Amino acid sequence: MKDKQELPDVQPEKTGISRRNFLKTLTGTAAGIGISQMFNPALIQALEKGLQRHPVIWIQGQGCTGCSVSLLNSVDPSIADILLKVISLQFHPTVGVAEGENAMKHVYDVANEYNGRFSLVIEGAIPVAHNGKYCILGEIEHREITMTGLVQELGPMASSILAIGTCATYGGIPAAKGNVTGATGVMAFLKTKNITTPVVNIPGCPPHPDWIVGSIVHLLESGIPELDYDGRPKLFFGNNIHDNCPRLEDYDEAFMSMSLSDPMGCRMDVGCKGPDTYADCYKRKWNSGMNWCVDNAVCIGCVEPGFPDAMSPFYEPAY
Amino acid sequence: MAGCKPQTEPAQADKKIKIAIDPISRIEGHLKAEVEVAGGRVVDAHITGGMYRGFEQILIGRDPRDATQITQRICGVCPTAHATASALALDDAFGVELTDNGRIARNLILGANYLQSHILHFYHLAALDYVNGPDTAPFVPRYTQNDVRLPKELNDVAVGQYLEALEIRKILHEMVALLGGKMPHVQGIVVGGSTEIPTREALNAYAERFKKVKQFVLEKYIPLVYLLAGPYGDLLKTGVGHKNMVSWGVFPLDNNGNTLLKSGVYTDGKDYEVNPAMIREFVKYSWFEDSTTGLNPTQGKTLPDPNKRGAYSFIKSPRYNGKPHEGGPLARMWATNPALSKTGREKLGVTHLRDIGDACFSILGRHVARAEETALVAMAVEEWLSQAQPGKETFVPADIPQSAEGLGMTEAPRGALLHYIDIKDRKIANYQVTSATIWNANPRDDMGQRGPIEEALIGVPVPDAANPVNVGRLIRSFDP
Repeated sequence: MKDKQELPDVQPEKTGISRRNFLKTLTGTAAGIGISQMFNPALIQALEKGLQRHPVIWIQGQGCTGCSVSLLNSVDPSIADILLKVISLQFHPTVGVAEGENAMKHVYDVANEYNGRFSLVIEGAIPVAHNGKYCILGEIEHREITMTGLVQELGPMASSILAIGTCATYGGIPAAKGNVTGATGVMAFLKTKNITTPVVNIPGCPPHPDWIVGSIVHLLESGIPELDYDGRPKLFFGNNIHDNCPRLEDYDEAFMSMSLSDPMGCRMDVGCKGPDTYADCYKRKWNSGMNWCVDNAVCIGCVEPGFPDAMSPFYEPAY
Repeated sequence: MAGCKPQTEPAQADKKIKIAIDPISRIEGHLKAEVEVAGGRVVDAHITGGMYRGFEQILIGRDPRDATQITQRICGVCPTAHATASALALDDAFGVELTDNGRIARNLILGANYLQSHILHFYHLAALDYVNGPDTAPFVPRYTQNDVRLPKELNDVAVGQYLEALEIRKILHEMVALLGGKMPHVQGIVVGGSTEIPTREALNAYAERFKKVKQFVLEKYIPLVYLLAGPYGDLLKTGVGHKNMVSWGVFPLDNNGNTLLKSGVYTDGKDYEVNPAMIREFVKYSWFEDSTTGLNPTQGKTLPDPNKRGAYSFIKSPRYNGKPHEGGPLARMWATNPALSKTGREKLGVTHLRDIGDACFSILGRHVARAEETALVAMAVEEWLSQAQPGKETFVPADIPQSAEGLGMTEAPRGALLHYIDIKDRKIANYQVTSATIWNANPRDDMGQRGPIEEALIGVPVPDAANPVNVGRLIRSFDP
């Protein structure tokens, strides 16, 4: 049963926040604050005043659900606000209540009713070997629905696709050397099927919740964000970790960590892949600003298209 | 929504109805249940794991240390457990002994995520089988007759706790990150210990957050679980299963093998010590090559055969001493038999978990065991916090051995977890994972025995084939 009153007939209108302010708050986010303190209340108020939530269908291929779990860690807006005020999450295998045929039929009902007006979120890789047999999502009247099949059906109907996590964007660990499942990222898969729906890549293993929420809000506010060569929003993935690392001074003075538990020094000698990695972890930090990989151990380059093969061995210097 | 449609008549005793539920939602991963119902009860069941990635093959040839990062990505809800199992296997292979502070730091990382996983499971995955969420997505659609029996006031309290639990589990991930770097997928657990030497500030930040968590567990989570036993008392009598249990033990209290949650095997009513040589994995009904059936994980091979006739799952069927065994909080609590929480003692009128008796082996019994375990781990976290020494070394460097084997046995929140590594020429020659859900959600074995969830489904009431709510309730009680 759908909650009709909550679903928009048209895409949400602008929420009255200028693009300039929006970008400023997104890029200027201090560690741990969340996507922004400034724009969020206005957005929430605007949505509460009658703008309707954007329908989202979230499907999972070959993944670990870590991207969804990471999204639960969103600080501002909180996950409760995201679910109840920003998006209308019509299908999500881990969060949604529906199961079985009821759930699968609902996916098709929503896609048909909001054809061209919903976002498809894809978490996990798409395995193309053996006709998609390596990832079965459900069934309707004894028809088995595979990940490859469902992306092919829903992809052209969505107004936009968000590929969330390194598995969905570039294949990630399921597509690493040695795999037998033909695991593929979303853009590469869509290309083989001539599906031209715009895609936003939000890599990371998992992605930071701000990267997911910020990209969704940008999509609703101002459309597709500006993307880099690898399809990622420049907003979050535009800067090099090493070049912006708080430990860069240590590197310049050749003050290097000698062991993984050494609290001081540049981590390059113990394997840090910061120099090959573009993401704003150095200023955003993780889990409400508690910590980040380089302060704890090393960066393993989890947002990059070559992860994990191009980044391993993780604990040997890249040079 | 409840109340829209008249309930269908109970099925005739002589007529069998087949019901397929795919996907089973609100779990981690891809699972299908097919049950046969006769006379209003399940008489047969088949459980299908619908996804394969091939971690074992992907790990071959890599730097052994990378396994701890890569295997965490098996599960985004319990990556710390895979990190722990992998690090234990590597500790074993590298011949390294942890410092006390390294062991305690690992316990604090794993412990916070245990609490996170159990709270997430109860509130955000399982509770919506017993509680109606708001009438909006993602809480609708739901079964038209979903058998929610809570009075409105209690339902509202539970929905309030659902939202509060979102905040509590986020705080628990902050605690994981304080020592583990970030979460999901921690950097901090490595061979030789833990990478971040705790500072006084980090331990204080952890302790400050823990206070809120402890209060929530004792004052909200545990009482709510026991409250469900009122309106849903019949669910303490259904979903029995094989009544065989395995626990490898978890949270080392020293370097001599003593653990907070005990290891132990319970088979046909008797207790045994764990012997890893008794584990074998069968694949007759799994989409893996028949030639690989019946192997111990240390000899294990994982070779998929997705078109194999007669097979119905990507999950292998591990057996202990040739018999199916259940893993998870109930198995650990059965092995440990701790004193119950104050709420538990008051509500049940008994003092220890085993005093509950057969009611443990049930849909609600598994939730009770999980909640009681949450309290027990919370108390231990408090103890480890007092033992952690700021500034003291947590990491012991060790070289990759030329060739060595290692076995890592621990417990994920959802059950017994084993990692095995074989190192040759300083690279991974073989890596095998027998993960928690594989113990519970497996298909029949070569001897024809049902997997634990399949067996536990037998006898579960399904009075209304259009709304088979108890099937989902039973499956989620295992937290697959």
